[in-house]
Amino acid sequence: MEHGSYSDPSKATFSFVDEDHTFANSVRFSLNQDPRVSFCGYSIPHPSDNRVNIRIQTTGDPAREVLIDACQDLMVMCQHVRGTFDKAVSDFKKGKTRKGKKDMDVE
Amino acid sequence: MSEEDESMSEQSNELGLDFILSLDDVPSKLPPHLELFKTRVLCSNDAPIHTDTIQYSGAYATLGVDNSLRLDSFCEKFKVEVKRLTDSDIEFDMIGIDPAIANAFRRILIAEVPTMAIERVYIANNTSVIQDEVLSHRLGLVPIRADPRLFEYPDNAGDEKNEKNTIVFKLRARCQLGQPRITVKSDKLKWLPNGSELPCEDAKPNAGSKPKTFTSFTCSQDSLPEFSSNPISLTYTDIILAKLGPGQEIELEVHAVKGIGRTHAKWSPVATAWYRMLPEVVLLEDVEGEMADELKKKCPVNVFDIEDIGKGRRRATVARPRDCTLCRECIRAGKEWEDRVSLRRVKNHFIFTVESTGALPPEVLFTEAVKILEDKCERVITELS
Ligand code: SF4
Repeated sequence: MEHGSYSDPSKATFSFVDEDHTFANSVRFSLNQDPRVSFCGYSIPHPSDNRVNIRIQTTGDPAREVLIDACQDLMVMCQHVRGTFDKAVSDFKKGKTRKGKKDMDVE
Repeated sequence: MSEEDESMSEQSNELGLDFILSLDDVPSKLPPHLELFKTRVLCSNDAPIHTDTIQYSGAYATLGVDNSLRLDSFCEKFKVEVKRLTDSDIEFDMIGIDPAIANAFRRILIAEVPTMAIERVYIANNTSVIQDEVLSHRLGLVPIRADPRLFEYPDNAGDEKNEKNTIVFKLRARCQLGQPRITVKSDKLKWLPNGSELPCEDAKPNAGSKPKTFTSFTCSQDSLPEFSSNPISLTYTDIILAKLGPGQEIELEVHAVKGIGRTHAKWSPVATAWYRMLPEVVLLEDVEGEMADELKKKCPVNVFDIEDIGKGRRRATVARPRDCTLCRECIRAGKEWEDRVSLRRVKNHFIFTVESTGALPPEVLFTEAVKILEDKCERVITELS
């Protein structure tokens, strides 16, 4: 849900239900890395309320689009992390079996 | 545009930004001290300093340094190194990522990767000293080896209990009169692939048809291809559930459903998922002779070694910085030691450890966690556009 104004789309607060620090803090990171963002932050209004508010102010671009871009960036990062991790694990497994074989040869 | 103009503009384009950045008075990189504060936590005697991460893209704008993260440079620099991998745990280094993201993975691992756990306990008889509710709680925490990805979440009302969302176990234990006390362990929990065997009381017995039970399985779970070769079991068969004295008896049935750790810790797929930043120990000046021995002796985890540098001289070296616990024993003795040894943590190098409770192997758990963060982003994107 977006709380903003029609006249100035560059400032807005977004309210997400069923999200917490996990999502808000990582998206705040990727928003902060975007040069178009002049301010961003998040708050959880009440700990027993399953809701997080993310505030975005930009240098002119619509806040909504900047947030979408930030999510997209975060997604690409995650995909890269997953790819790199899977490769590292399979390399590790391969290296281990190879080492195991070598040990056997020595014996 | 004349030919000359064209070549001019081409040249200036080529010179453009790179040229300006290469000028001596325009620093393209941060001065070394700022770079240090940006990338390292310095652990001084009283407290760590420079602990924050500088995320804002314009943080160094006045220095002409762009602090924004470009995806391609992230992809280039990001590295993962697996250090240890067993059936139940993994240790790996994640290099070049912000704590915000690393922490998101950790939080998701603990609270949002689903597993199967016992949610309902139907007690037919319990004459043991352990109360029904305590016994139920103990049962809930027993880890189950079943791939949660093969199951669905129970529907909201929880009425529909079928082979897609429920796993049923039964437990029947009895201590005969005149026999010594017995210990009931988790291996007494027997999987019922056909679903519940307890008749549902409020259903009117229908002559001829099968008595109605607490579940409505359409087929046996062990006939499904995903379980026939890999039957559902418990990760550990030696968890003590209760103790029975002579004449005491427990008879019950449990239903396990899919859920996440945020609802209850029994659904958490990890025993622990944690990270620490890579420690870095730097000797700011040569530490030689007896002082080297002293330094080596100070460290309880043996971070330092002593090397021979010829002519009978010996010098301390940092041999195992990764083992450093940052106990600061080596800089406690006074200012002069603080000037000799610098203790740091690398802000974007995480030593991640994930211990699985057995539902999924630890490396799969981590990829699942990353996928969940991706799903969150996707959900927000669709919600907004
Ligand atoms: S901080 Fe403690 S563990 Fe680390 S090097 Fe110094 S004495 Fe050793």
